[in-house]
Amino acid sequence: MIFTEEHEWLRVEGDEITVGITIHAAEQLGDVVFVELPSDGVTVSKDDEVVVIESVKAASDILAPIDGEIIEVNGALTDNPGMVNDDPQGDAWFFKMKASDPSQMDDFMDEAAYQKFIG
Amino acid sequence: MSDLHQTPLYDLHLELGGKMVPFAGYSMPVQYPMGVMKEHLHTRSHAGLFDVSHMGQVMLSGASWEAVAAAFERLVPMDVLGLADGRQRYGLFTNDAGGIEDDLMFARRGDDLFVVVNAACKAADIARMKSALEPEVTVTPIMDRALIAVQGPGAAAAVATLDPAAAEMRFMDFGTLGLDGISVWASRSGYTGEDGYEISVSDADAEALARRLLAIDGVEAIGLGARDSLRLEAGLCLYGNDIDAQTNPIEASLNWAIQKVRRPGGDREGGYPGAEVVQKAFEGGVMRKRVGLAPETRAPMREGTQLYDAEEGGRLVGSVTSGSFGPTVGGPVAMGYVGSEYASVDTALWGEVRGKRLPVRVAKLPFVAANFKR
Repeated sequence: MIFTEEHEWLRVEGDEITVGITIHAAEQLGDVVFVELPSDGVTVSKDDEVVVIESVKAASDILAPIDGEIIEVNGALTDNPGMVNDDPQGDAWFFKMKASDPSQMDDFMDEAAYQKFIG
Repeated sequence: MSDLHQTPLYDLHLELGGKMVPFAGYSMPVQYPMGVMKEHLHTRSHAGLFDVSHMGQVMLSGASWEAVAAAFERLVPMDVLGLADGRQRYGLFTNDAGGIEDDLMFARRGDDLFVVVNAACKAADIARMKSALEPEVTVTPIMDRALIAVQGPGAAAAVATLDPAAAEMRFMDFGTLGLDGISVWASRSGYTGEDGYEISVSDADAEALARRLLAIDGVEAIGLGARDSLRLEAGLCLYGNDIDAQTNPIEASLNWAIQKVRRPGGDREGGYPGAEVVQKAFEGGVMRKRVGLAPETRAPMREGTQLYDAEEGGRLVGSVTSGSFGPTVGGPVAMGYVGSEYASVDTALWGEVRGKRLPVRVAKLPFVAANFKR
């Protein structure tokens, strides 16, 4: 698993990349009550707002970590947004994508570097 | 951050893991480790303890109760003279345009009037009262008392373990209790839609009292986040969001707060700032009304969401003033203002969320039935 400064995690398996938010990010958000996912098959650019996530308190956006195509979304989150708090780095992944330029992931952090980043 | 005020419970909030945020010039706990959702549900099922010491407490005194009450009626459209000793009422300060300058609670304490106002408005409220009422009435800001709310179906049993007399109080009663030897002023009221108390206690005793209450089974510390979702489900206004200097009490659907004696045709009608406007609104109606709004999808409609009368095109008919997720309702809840012709319950409207119009229905308030001990 690799991590971004936007508090997202990516798991790279072959050319399929699963994306979610970190435990730290889920804690900061508080109780998640609504998740709006992108459509399968959409092409996204790095930093596009692809997911809307709302806690009791406020709405936040999840950005595409890299350029690519969304190939699958986690529909279970729509019915059960609280999964984001229960298992952010497991069952509550947001989407899977294919990268157009895998080198965009070169600067992402490993677990140790991310832990240091969040202090 | 260092210029933020702290309440006497500040150290206790930190010890309990409260996440402190700036609010109306104070550092206040928005939530504790339990989180907003569980804190909200806990308050509705057991009891929550809220630090509301940032609110302003003011005592008004004069030559007699009648003198104090008659003077205060010049500032609020409420029946003050008719308030029995040991009773409390909800009130509004109005301006010359009939707009709402603040909402408040006032209680009769013998010949004195005890007033609790919003934190963000307290300096202006105190100035308003001093300028309008002194020297006839002495306006004394109370700077050395904390305010602790205990709310929820378990509140009465909890507070009664410290003074059985608490159980005898009815909704909106006000009086002195001795909570485990600590003398307090308590009202049986609150702002969550639940039964409970608001307890004014000296700064010196506040932490000991809070600890004593929190030690009772079922009482948990609850932050401002849950306080907001609780009051929204209860259909209660947040000053600055749902009511402000530009909304009059009739537009705000707060007609109930103005007793008959102060309404058109009443024995003491008018006589407060903006009375002509409010009287006219009472008789002739208003262009817009505050209503409950129940979004029909799972997407919360936040403050500022624009409301339309059609899914495409159509007219802009209002906007949301408070909107969130209601943990007890289990879905999004909101309130806002709509043109009066759209204010009847079940009117279908559309709220624009991130560029998409989503269905929302005008709903009866409160979303969650009040649980008061009348």
